[in-house]
Amino acid sequence: MIQALLVQGVQMALVLALAPLLTGLVRKVKARLQRRRGPSLIQPYRDLKRLLGKEVVLAENASWLFRVAPYVIFAVTWVAAALVPTFATGLLFSWSGDLIAITALLGSARFAQALAAMDIGTSFGGIGASREVMIASLAEPAMLMIALTVALIAGSTQLSTIADYMAFSAVGLRVSLALGLVGLIIVALAENARIPVDNPATHLELTMVHEAMVLEYSGRHLAMIDLAASLKLLLYISVIACIFFPVGLAWGYAIGFVLYLAKLAVAGVLLGVFEMSIAKMRVFRVPNFLGAALMLGLLGVLLRFVSEGM
Amino acid sequence: MIVPALACIALLLCLAPAGAWLAPAPAGRGVVYGGCLGISAATLLIGLVSLGAAPSLMTLPLGLPWIGAHFRLDPLAAFFLVVVGLGSAGASLYALGYGRHEPEPQRVLPFYPVFLAGLQLVVLAADAFSFLFAWELMSLTSWALVMAHHREPGNAYAGYVYIIMAIFSGLALLLCFGLLAGPTGGYTFAAMRAAHPTGGIAALALLLALIGAGSKAGVVPLHAWLPLAHPAAPSHVSALMSGVMTKVAVYGFLRIAFDVIGAPTVWSGILVLAVGGITAVLGVLYALMEQDLKRLLAYSTVENVGIIFIGIGLALAFGANGLPAAAALGLTAALFHVFNHAIFKSLLFFGVGAVHTATGQRDMDHFGGLINRMPKTAFAFLVGCVAISALPPLNGFVSEWLTFQAILLHPDLPQWGFKIMIPADGALLALSAALAAACFVKAFGVTFLGRPRTEVAAAAHEADSFSLAAMAAFAALCLLAGIFPGVVIDLLAPVVHAMTGTQVPTQLGIAWLSTVPIETARSSYNGLLVFLFIAASAWLTVLAIHRFASRALRRGPAWDCGFPDPRPQTQYTGGSFAQPIRRVFGAVVFRTRETVTMPPPGDIGPARIEKHFSDVIWDVFYAPVAAAVWTASGLLNHMQFLTIRRYLGFVFAALVSLLLMLALWQ
Repeated sequence: MIQALLVQGVQMALVLALAPLLTGLVRKVKARLQRRRGPSLIQPYRDLKRLLGKEVVLAENASWLFRVAPYVIFAVTWVAAALVPTFATGLLFSWSGDLIAITALLGSARFAQALAAMDIGTSFGGIGASREVMIASLAEPAMLMIALTVALIAGSTQLSTIADYMAFSAVGLRVSLALGLVGLIIVALAENARIPVDNPATHLELTMVHEAMVLEYSGRHLAMIDLAASLKLLLYISVIACIFFPVGLAWGYAIGFVLYLAKLAVAGVLLGVFEMSIAKMRVFRVPNFLGAALMLGLLGVLLRFVSEGM
Repeated sequence: MIVPALACIALLLCLAPAGAWLAPAPAGRGVVYGGCLGISAATLLIGLVSLGAAPSLMTLPLGLPWIGAHFRLDPLAAFFLVVVGLGSAGASLYALGYGRHEPEPQRVLPFYPVFLAGLQLVVLAADAFSFLFAWELMSLTSWALVMAHHREPGNAYAGYVYIIMAIFSGLALLLCFGLLAGPTGGYTFAAMRAAHPTGGIAALALLLALIGAGSKAGVVPLHAWLPLAHPAAPSHVSALMSGVMTKVAVYGFLRIAFDVIGAPTVWSGILVLAVGGITAVLGVLYALMEQDLKRLLAYSTVENVGIIFIGIGLALAFGANGLPAAAALGLTAALFHVFNHAIFKSLLFFGVGAVHTATGQRDMDHFGGLINRMPKTAFAFLVGCVAISALPPLNGFVSEWLTFQAILLHPDLPQWGFKIMIPADGALLALSAALAAACFVKAFGVTFLGRPRTEVAAAAHEADSFSLAAMAAFAALCLLAGIFPGVVIDLLAPVVHAMTGTQVPTQLGIAWLSTVPIETARSSYNGLLVFLFIAASAWLTVLAIHRFASRALRRGPAWDCGFPDPRPQTQYTGGSFAQPIRRVFGAVVFRTRETVTMPPPGDIGPARIEKHFSDVIWDVFYAPVAAAVWTASGLLNHMQFLTIRRYLGFVFAALVSLLLMLALWQ
């Protein structure tokens, strides 16, 4: 009991501590590929510290919702991230929400984000919010269909049980899982506002989605939102790692921890390389991209029978 | 407990003449709505007490001679009595304040208690005659309430479409009961149940029940009247029609499909699943395109009815294959959603009613920034929006989560039809949940956030305390049902047991008040812990940041990338917010087209963008029928201007042909 509580506490602290580092790593990789030196790996921590110390400049007509939203977004994302097994599966509270609940929690965070974007009443907030919900209206069902595929194979929607099943049973290579992995990567790119769906480093206003929504935020509010965005990236990588690469989750905490760091590093480098090798899509091409993920999820569920039949 | 339940109905019927008599006086409102509030609360209690009790019966010497009117209060009726009682208690409390702004109370007060009585009577009726009588009572009184403001543009048309659809629905149910009663004419549900209808008769009866109850519930393509009629009524009646009357229609379908006919079949599962999935997605897509808040809510009701029918379809599918545990889960999910939707849809209609009272408008493009003028209404409306968007930790998420858990059991089914249909329904359910979130970001964001777009929005005032009390109570229920879902599931257990023969495991004994529909290793959800975690981590973060980092705050003009435009017209409107989704889905579903007219160079006239947008369902299903009726009546019009000799000739010819037919028949 005590140990489980401790593991859960370490997990919560760990995701929070590692998230900015992951963001820093992706930025560093991208910079190196552009033959720039790039900011140091710990620059995101410095940014957070600087933002936390600054005063907030609030628009005159901002309501309470605008001030509450950053904390809600952060807390919801943090709770969702705390439910994903990272270095071990024996989390004390992992049963309080399954993969569907985690998806829906991220939906709650997005709901708060989109509302906050509309609060000031600027056109950038509106454009960001309306595009975000358009992207989410396809990404969320895709995510749920992938969850359905995985849950049907593992016989559970609990991430811990899924990870154990994937690690210990002879799952083998399955068409459904391959489709699910591709679909999940597409969803992760879209949900984290990465290229080709959105550009996290853009300064061209009309191409932004996430950045347009947070345009009016400053100081500690912006710090919370940035930290939540980093946490979300870490969460998606953890979900992919724990479902498709559950290696090391049951080999003790030390090995599991080292392997988790390695998985994060590999994912971060891959993400950086991928982002550098592809161009951003026009916003109305995105639905086709995400529709593909949704279809892959649905095919994954349907093809499960085919792969079982063989 | 049937006697007090019927006594409540009798009291409600007594309130109607009182309402007619007292309507001109200010006291009339208090008497009618206060009385309805008390009686509805009593109904709610009676329903709660009877949930686990044995069925009680009563026969009254009313209705058809020598047959009498039969009433029965069993667990299913008790659950829907709870829903009706809760919804009408909330609406009556709300109306105590909202009714003050009613310009013509004599058009509302006499019908309102009878409408409530009709809703309760449908649930209690146990023979075909009383059921249909109560059903029509419910339809006609709600029609009268829809026509309360008949001089406003569009309302007369709404009432016209509604009465046609109501007659159609009653006719389908009449035929359904006629088939079930059979040649022996057993009009009581008990006799129909004992006759064990099978084969073609049962199939046709189920289809007619789906058409009759489905058109009242708003199943696509029979939903056309909902977005017209629900917004036309006063807001507390809209809340009852959307939140409660559609649920009573669901009750009608459940009663016929699971109780009177019994023995679910494979094809009925496939049909209901298909109808449910299509209804859910089309309903929310229509809702997204709406600017009128009440129409948006009415379309969203269509979506939620679709979600309920997905759950019912799952129960039919599993029941047909002898999997009672899975059927129980599907039905629990459907009934949980019935309860949830009754709460949050009423809450949302109350909120829109408050906004309508404050501004005199329903079009969201006239609003903006109401969160500052009406903070309490805004908060309650926000709770409703989060709940209906199926977001944790509120209640809408729990019922959709349970539906997903039932969907996950589909590999147990042997039929290939289900193996393809149910995952497809899962995708449609997920899509409708995500689109509902988009829809309610739009509804809340455009209405309550941003800057006021008109003078009336800038001068809006907070709602009265009765309305706020009703909204606060329902918002609290949304949260409570979301963090203690086990209580609701356990209350539903006897109902589900009566319908499927088994039930979902008892939830209240589980550690930490978790929700475990099947077994812990498979899936579990703990709304309470999720809520506490979110609240605690948000609170600790706020404390830590304000203690150790900065708490300085300065107000300034909006940044807006350096070019803020002070005109409120530069904000996103409802139409522009929905534009990306309209482009993605609209081309297929609505055949939308956008035409941009640019003035030639040198011309300083404005450029225009026009969107064309057609209701496919109306064009395919309704327009041809309406055109055929129109043509036929045009042709028959000649009959009206004949001479007396020709009329006599017609009578003679009809008589002769009937006699001939009789002779040939024998």
